[in-house]
Amino acid sequence: MNDASAKPVIEARNLSLTFDTNDGPVHALKDVNLSIQKGDFVSFIGPSGCGKTTFLRVVADLEKATSGTITVNGMSPEAARQARAYGYVFQAAGLYPWRTIEGNVRLPLEIMGYSRAEQAERTARVLELVELRGFEKKFPWQLSGGMQQRASIARALAFDADILLMDEPFGALDEIVRDRLNEELLKLWRNTGKTIGFVTHSIPEAVYLSTRIVVMSPRPGRITDVIESTLPLERPLEIRDSREFIEIAHRVREGLRAGHLDE
Amino acid sequence: MKNILPVLTVTLALIIAWYVAVVPMNAQWERDQAARAGTEISFGELVSRTMAQDRPRLPAPHQVVVELWNSTWVEERHGRRGWWNTGTLSNRSLVYHGWVTLSATMLGFAIGTSLGVLLAVGIVYNRAMDASVMPWAIASQTIPIIALAPMIIVVLNSVGVTGLVPKAVISAYLSFFPVVVGMVKGLRAPDRMQLDLMKTYSAPGFAVFLKLRLPSSMPYLFASIKVGIAAALVGTIVGELPVQQGGLGVRLLSGSYYGQTVQIWSALFAAAILAASMVGLIGVLQRITLKRMGMAQ
Repeated sequence: MNDASAKPVIEARNLSLTFDTNDGPVHALKDVNLSIQKGDFVSFIGPSGCGKTTFLRVVADLEKATSGTITVNGMSPEAARQARAYGYVFQAAGLYPWRTIEGNVRLPLEIMGYSRAEQAERTARVLELVELRGFEKKFPWQLSGGMQQRASIARALAFDADILLMDEPFGALDEIVRDRLNEELLKLWRNTGKTIGFVTHSIPEAVYLSTRIVVMSPRPGRITDVIESTLPLERPLEIRDSREFIEIAHRVREGLRAGHLDE
Repeated sequence: MKNILPVLTVTLALIIAWYVAVVPMNAQWERDQAARAGTEISFGELVSRTMAQDRPRLPAPHQVVVELWNSTWVEERHGRRGWWNTGTLSNRSLVYHGWVTLSATMLGFAIGTSLGVLLAVGIVYNRAMDASVMPWAIASQTIPIIALAPMIIVVLNSVGVTGLVPKAVISAYLSFFPVVVGMVKGLRAPDRMQLDLMKTYSAPGFAVFLKLRLPSSMPYLFASIKVGIAAALVGTIVGELPVQQGGLGVRLLSGSYYGQTVQIWSALFAAAILAASMVGLIGVLQRITLKRMGMAQ
């Protein structure tokens, strides 16, 4: 579905990142090559320490690559960050406890200097999008974990970044809530056409959500397989029982196992 | 309100213990008086007389209460120099002395808190200050204030600064410290993720300060200014001792010069009441602020 000639939104070439620790260097990423097209939903899956979160953080300019090149929207990650090219959703909701739900969603808008009227309009719109209307005046502790995570997604959507980077956003939630949020996220992605980078531990989650699945393995962190999903864009939850789904999941599992055998 | 019963119980126990202690503390004088007059003194008489001495070693609680009442309401209402007769506070009343102490404490507390917050901001934002200021702040608190206070008064006096300010400086000297310690901790309270979030917005430094660090530090600020305001009161009272221009400290000292134990105790209680009301007031402010911030559940 992607136009092959279009410029990729995110492009990494021979990207490596080494952390210097007291126990010697840790190769968090080694020679990573990847390009992500506009409108892709790309999942990064792999065991802990495979560099999936690190890669996302490099894209977000929260970490600097040691060598290799990476461009985001054709710019350096730093320039992209300064141009507010992406919204980032962390593993925990990380809402500021002294702000109401509405206040939390408004936070990036205040910082980016939107007018008061625009702040109110956008806040209302994204809270509607994540189905949190009626909870505007609540403080985070008054909401469940799943609702807090939805608010943090609304916060990342409030300003019009084309890229959404999500670092295991549903990792701490129970499976029922997770299924529901996965469904909503897919709907949101189809409606907004954003490019999404999504880190996860869960094979079904990766297969259900993605147009492409990047399988990674640790020590050094590298990509072992990139799987193009053949599933249709319209994906009811029942699709997870289909043969096609199970085949893709199987391939992901194989990729993960192969990464481990290399060690 | 549910903690009022335990508080009353403890208060009652303290008052009883106080009354019990009054008898043996003051008994020797009564026995000497009786011996001098060549009479015997019964236990009942002993008890009632030890409660009503002019200059007891340990005044009874009711004597202190009466003195507190006389040196506030009675003095201002009926006293020759009282507020009702002259329109100004009497220099013999605890209202006047309490006000002298309170005003210096408030000024000192304001200076100390501002200084403490500024130093904390410096420590958090400036590497050189981070490495250098804290040891000095700690060293400053290891010097006994009672030794330092007269020096500060004399030095400020020699450059023409007198009156309220020198006492406020001593008060600030004691009250800035808890604020520095608390605010450094508070401004550093945001975790990595909260700071990363600000970075993803490429938020300018002042936005990170105003929208993240400052709100995070509020619970710490209130905890430290509660300690700070009590320290400010102590500083002011110590500062009043060498100055001798009114204040509860002066009442304490002159009481001890003339053996007026009842006056000492009533000044002491006036100071305690003052401190308790100031800390209580900050507690109320804290509750209101944190409630509005959604942090008190």
